[in-house]
Amino acid sequence: MLCWLPLQALAQGFAGLGTNADGYAIPERDYRLSFPQDHGPHPDFRIEWWYLTANLQDQHGTPYGIQWTLFRSALQPGEAEGWRSPQLWMAHAGLTSATRHFSAERLARGGIGQAGVSTAPFSAWIDDWRMTAPNATLNQLKLSATDAEFAYDLTLTAEGPLILHGAQGYSVKSREGQASYYYSQPRYTLSGTVTLEGQVIPVTGQAWLDREWSSQPLSSGQSGWDWFSLSLDSGAKLMGFRLRDDAGDFTSGTWITPDGQATALSPGAFQARSLEVQTVDGTEVPTRWEVRLPDRDLAVEVTPLNPDSWMDVSFAYWEGPVQVTGTHQGVGYLEMTGYR
Amino acid sequence: MLLSIRNVTKAYPGQPPERAVLRDVSMELGAGETLALTGESGSGKSTLLHLAGALDHFDRGEILLDDQPYSDLGDAGRARLRRGQIAVVFQQFNLVASLTVAQNISFHARLSAQHDTNWTEALTDRLGLRDLLDRYPEQLSGGQQQRVAIARALAPRPRLLLADEPTGNLDEAASEAVMSLMLDLVADSGTALFLVTHSEQIAGRLHRRLHLRGGTLQ
Amino acid sequence: MRATGQALLSHWRRHPGQLLLLVLGLAMATALWSAVQAINGEARRSYDQAAQQLGAAQIDILVPRAGDGIALSRYVALRRAGWQLAPVLEGRWRLPDRSVTLQGIDLLSHPPIPALAQLANSDEMDPLALLQPPGRLIAAPGLARYLRTLPDLPPVLEAPDLPPDRVITDIALAEELLNRSGALSRLLVLREQSPGLPPLSTLAPELIRQAPSEKTSAQRLTDSFHLNLTAFGLLSFAVGLFIVHGMIGLAFEQRRGLFRTLRAMGVSLRGLIALLLVELILLALLAGGLGLILGFFLAGALLPDVAATLRGLYGAPVEGGLTLRPLWILSGLGMALAGTFMAGGQALWRVARLPLLSAPGVQSWSARARSGHRWQALGGAGLAVVGVLSVLLFDGLLAGFALLAGIMLGTALALPVVLSLLLTLLQRSARGPLAEWVWSDMRAQLPGLSLALMALLLAIAANIGVGTMVSSFRLTFLGWMDQRLSAELYVTARNDAEGAALQEWFRQEGIRALPIRSLDTRYNGTPLRVYGVIDDATYRGNWPILEATTDSWDRIAEGRAILINEQLARRFDLWTGDILTLQADWELPIVGVYSDYGNPNGQAIVSLPDLLERAPDIPHRQFGLRLPPQDVAALQSRLQDSFGLPASAMIDQVSLKRESLAIFDKTFVVTGALNILTLGVAGFAILTSLLTLWTQRQPQLAPVWALGVTRAQLARLEILRSVLLAVLTWAIALPLGLALAWVLLSVINVEAFGWKLPLFLFPLDWLRLAVLAILAAALAALIPARRLRRLPPADLLKVFAHER
Repeated sequence: MLCWLPLQALAQGFAGLGTNADGYAIPERDYRLSFPQDHGPHPDFRIEWWYLTANLQDQHGTPYGIQWTLFRSALQPGEAEGWRSPQLWMAHAGLTSATRHFSAERLARGGIGQAGVSTAPFSAWIDDWRMTAPNATLNQLKLSATDAEFAYDLTLTAEGPLILHGAQGYSVKSREGQASYYYSQPRYTLSGTVTLEGQVIPVTGQAWLDREWSSQPLSSGQSGWDWFSLSLDSGAKLMGFRLRDDAGDFTSGTWITPDGQATALSPGAFQARSLEVQTVDGTEVPTRWEVRLPDRDLAVEVTPLNPDSWMDVSFAYWEGPVQVTGTHQGVGYLEMTGYR
Repeated sequence: MLLSIRNVTKAYPGQPPERAVLRDVSMELGAGETLALTGESGSGKSTLLHLAGALDHFDRGEILLDDQPYSDLGDAGRARLRRGQIAVVFQQFNLVASLTVAQNISFHARLSAQHDTNWTEALTDRLGLRDLLDRYPEQLSGGQQQRVAIARALAPRPRLLLADEPTGNLDEAASEAVMSLMLDLVADSGTALFLVTHSEQIAGRLHRRLHLRGGTLQ
Repeated sequence: MRATGQALLSHWRRHPGQLLLLVLGLAMATALWSAVQAINGEARRSYDQAAQQLGAAQIDILVPRAGDGIALSRYVALRRAGWQLAPVLEGRWRLPDRSVTLQGIDLLSHPPIPALAQLANSDEMDPLALLQPPGRLIAAPGLARYLRTLPDLPPVLEAPDLPPDRVITDIALAEELLNRSGALSRLLVLREQSPGLPPLSTLAPELIRQAPSEKTSAQRLTDSFHLNLTAFGLLSFAVGLFIVHGMIGLAFEQRRGLFRTLRAMGVSLRGLIALLLVELILLALLAGGLGLILGFFLAGALLPDVAATLRGLYGAPVEGGLTLRPLWILSGLGMALAGTFMAGGQALWRVARLPLLSAPGVQSWSARARSGHRWQALGGAGLAVVGVLSVLLFDGLLAGFALLAGIMLGTALALPVVLSLLLTLLQRSARGPLAEWVWSDMRAQLPGLSLALMALLLAIAANIGVGTMVSSFRLTFLGWMDQRLSAELYVTARNDAEGAALQEWFRQEGIRALPIRSLDTRYNGTPLRVYGVIDDATYRGNWPILEATTDSWDRIAEGRAILINEQLARRFDLWTGDILTLQADWELPIVGVYSDYGNPNGQAIVSLPDLLERAPDIPHRQFGLRLPPQDVAALQSRLQDSFGLPASAMIDQVSLKRESLAIFDKTFVVTGALNILTLGVAGFAILTSLLTLWTQRQPQLAPVWALGVTRAQLARLEILRSVLLAVLTWAIALPLGLALAWVLLSVINVEAFGWKLPLFLFPLDWLRLAVLAILAAALAALIPARRLRRLPPADLLKVFAHER
């Protein structure tokens, strides 16, 4: 049972649907990201997240997916000590197999230490959910989350450089020019355990970390997004998203070569088309996609591991591991918001 | 005369004068004299006895005890008369249920301040109540109860003893024994007796007898 | 069957007075019982609702074992260890005219609060406004209206289902308003927890986990109050049943002839019983319904006082309104039915065994009744022993009440034997045949009157007991108030800054000011308020000390000792010489115990400098001022001019005492009302018993009348007899009542409030009760006596006639 009152409003904030940015900082094209401080929180911006997804398999090859996300949402720009802090934190954890899907949520007030992110060494936490590093980089991470029905405890090692999306991390999100700061570590290998219904299962796999913050990521006409992070067997990676708009969708993305060279995709280059719509938890969502990137001769079908990957949290969305078939093979993660 | 009843008429509520329970009744009883009053059931015997005992009111005429007219007396005067001069033995329920036999026997005498221990003892013995003194009335037979009633009535040596069928509820043998005792004791104490009975045989043992029929004396 | 029914019912047409008494008696019994039930039910519902509405009814909580709160860092540490908890910061919030409970919650983690559900769905609710300055206060409409009149407060939202003295707000705002930061009052242990968490006892040994079944202290205390009321209600009901028993007995007695005739005419026994049962049921429903109506209004009339009591004494919020509930109606009617059958069972049994032909004998009274009484007395003695044993063997309120019930019922059961013995003695010492007869006749009447006399005994004993308890308490309370409220004027500042300014002003003006500052903390998980005092003759001279060392105030002034109140002393068996651990690094020897009748919680006194060293941020708003009484008014107006203090912020000693006493007196209004009603019912029971006995009286009286006692005299004796029985009953009730008072003061009070009170005797009250009892008995005997005085001699003579 979660709290009663502000969640819907909070959810709006977290979902990024707040459409004006009174008093908040706005991403600027000529800002250059600097680390480690940009791994930490940016309280002057309205929203921010540390978003990690992973495709796993156990020793029998059975596939799983996990999600670990920490959101920060500011009621006002800035920070204050104690309960007076205007910062709210929310975290989602998910664990998906072909037949089961679990989701959990944590909420916390800023200012008291129950949740937060520090940079030296890097540590992001809420309650006992943690993503920590031994140093100020994101190269070595320990990741854990626990809920009544599931848990996971994983060790991640980065195999390549950080990827800055858009223009040096300035990622445009609409034709009107709304933007966010956006960078990723798309290439982790990992090992550890997932606990599912009391059973501890050793797993290995690969993970993708997204970092993004903004104050006004969506324009007023945009109702939600479909976001793909695909890891192809060739070693190449594709991040692409579609922002749905009454006046015409906006798509963008990044192509990452196996050696870590990132190329921002021009608007419209990334194409995603829904092949099949299913009713999941009472909501109609596309569950099979055709993704095309003609520049790279890519035409694949993206199928979920489990169509029921519905995150049953304060603001509900679809998030789960996917399989890639067609011109390229691979795995990845799909997120779809704004369908409810 | 000890008791004079002169032209007494008594009607119960609702009775027309010609059907009154007692109509113009007159009679007299001397000190120490014994008188039997007989008559049919409903002839007014008990009513006349009640009037003689100052227990009830009459409509016309006069009753005098030692020349003292009843009609001059209020409730208190009548009570004083009953306490001091008259004793009554009814057919049943004579005794005070909450008192023992001994207490019952002396009750009237003590009430009228005429308690004579020797006489009471004598009565107790002669009526055969010695062994019953600590009992309560409900623990006695009918005959025993009536004997206690007689002892109580005679203990204050009343001038007049009124008895209304005192053995009416007893069988013949008991009745005979109780009646004999009573008559003997009445004689010994010099008390006048006005006895209501339906028994010719008992009536025959008294000095005088009167017969009441339809509310008038024959 | 129909004709039979009509014949049976025609009795009531001919005796409407009897019907009235019967219905009235049962209605009164039902009314008293159901009124008490309604009051209790309403109060309990209020607590439940309060607990449920606050969304914490079924949830375990963590509270500090000792100390004034839970460190915020501890909460965060527990959260980061995986425990799902919701923090609450709660405290008394002093406002200019009153103080309320301010509950600060973390909106993100607190479980749903049903009381706010409606608000949450309303349009005026902007959830984020709660979390951002200036924030929002949420209160019940009445309190909300008051809050809106105060300056400098955030907007107030209304939630009708909230308790009337509670304000809910975000924890950040609560910290500011309560002037406390970094501390929490309790943590709710949320329902869903991950498996395998480290145990709380090792993570936070300084906290105690309390299950919801371990009731709050307020609930435990109010339980005693309700048990008290229930006991009274049951007593009233029992006393009322005596009336019903009398009237049903009378109605059956008078219809014996009719029953016999009906049986002779061929009505089966089964049919007759069935008809009588139907009659009883109809009567019970009629009277029960009437009683429920009466009870509802009675409860409505008493509830505001009960609510005031519960608020004043225990701080438990109860609304003053009453609602009609189906369950209450059903239980009331059920009680009426059960009571009717209990009271009428004996009469029905007699009908079932009624011989068809034999004449009714004189009521047998002696041997059988006496042996019955002996068994009854043995049973009574047994009950008393059980009562005494229960209090010796077990602790607690229930054992105390068992003792009470044991000696009360035991004495009541033994009453006929005791009275019979007394009457035998009196009869022996009587002079004169009439006196002898009066005593013996009283003894003979005992079986018929004993139930009514038992009712009278219980009523008088309850009156003496409760009256003595209340009066003793009041006397003690008055003395305590004189000692405790020794300052001439009490001033409350609106905030700490003003408090500091006031203190400086008092210093400049040379006014002797005693700061009243306290820290709310906990001892062994229970609330404890620690006052800091400065060294002043006021305390040395006036404080209501129960026991103390001679140098207690010196040692307190030096910050080396602590005084505690009686509640704390008794609850934890801590007395002079023991050590009290306030915090891990703050242990003080107890140098004395003082009496404290203001609240049921623990309290202690230390030196103010010492307290400020430990807790520098405690409120600094209240002062007791010592000055000549004639200067009080002038100072009040100067304070008003200089600081703009409202009149309500300055209370002089006289007003304060008056208000305190008014609250005290209100507390016992209900008890007093129930007391008087019980006595009235007992008087009524005597009347009905005498009326029932009336037909049996004539055979007893007629022989005495025939022997020369006037009817007027007999009538006077009838009244005398009733009065004598009442006086004797009163004489037996007196020691019983005092025993009751002792139990109430020394056992029940200690359990319910945590203090023991001295027993004072109030002979004038006893006399007043004796007069009341005599009046009740005389009045009850008046009707049969008048009837006797006017009885035609012919009716008395019928006793001796051949047939009756």
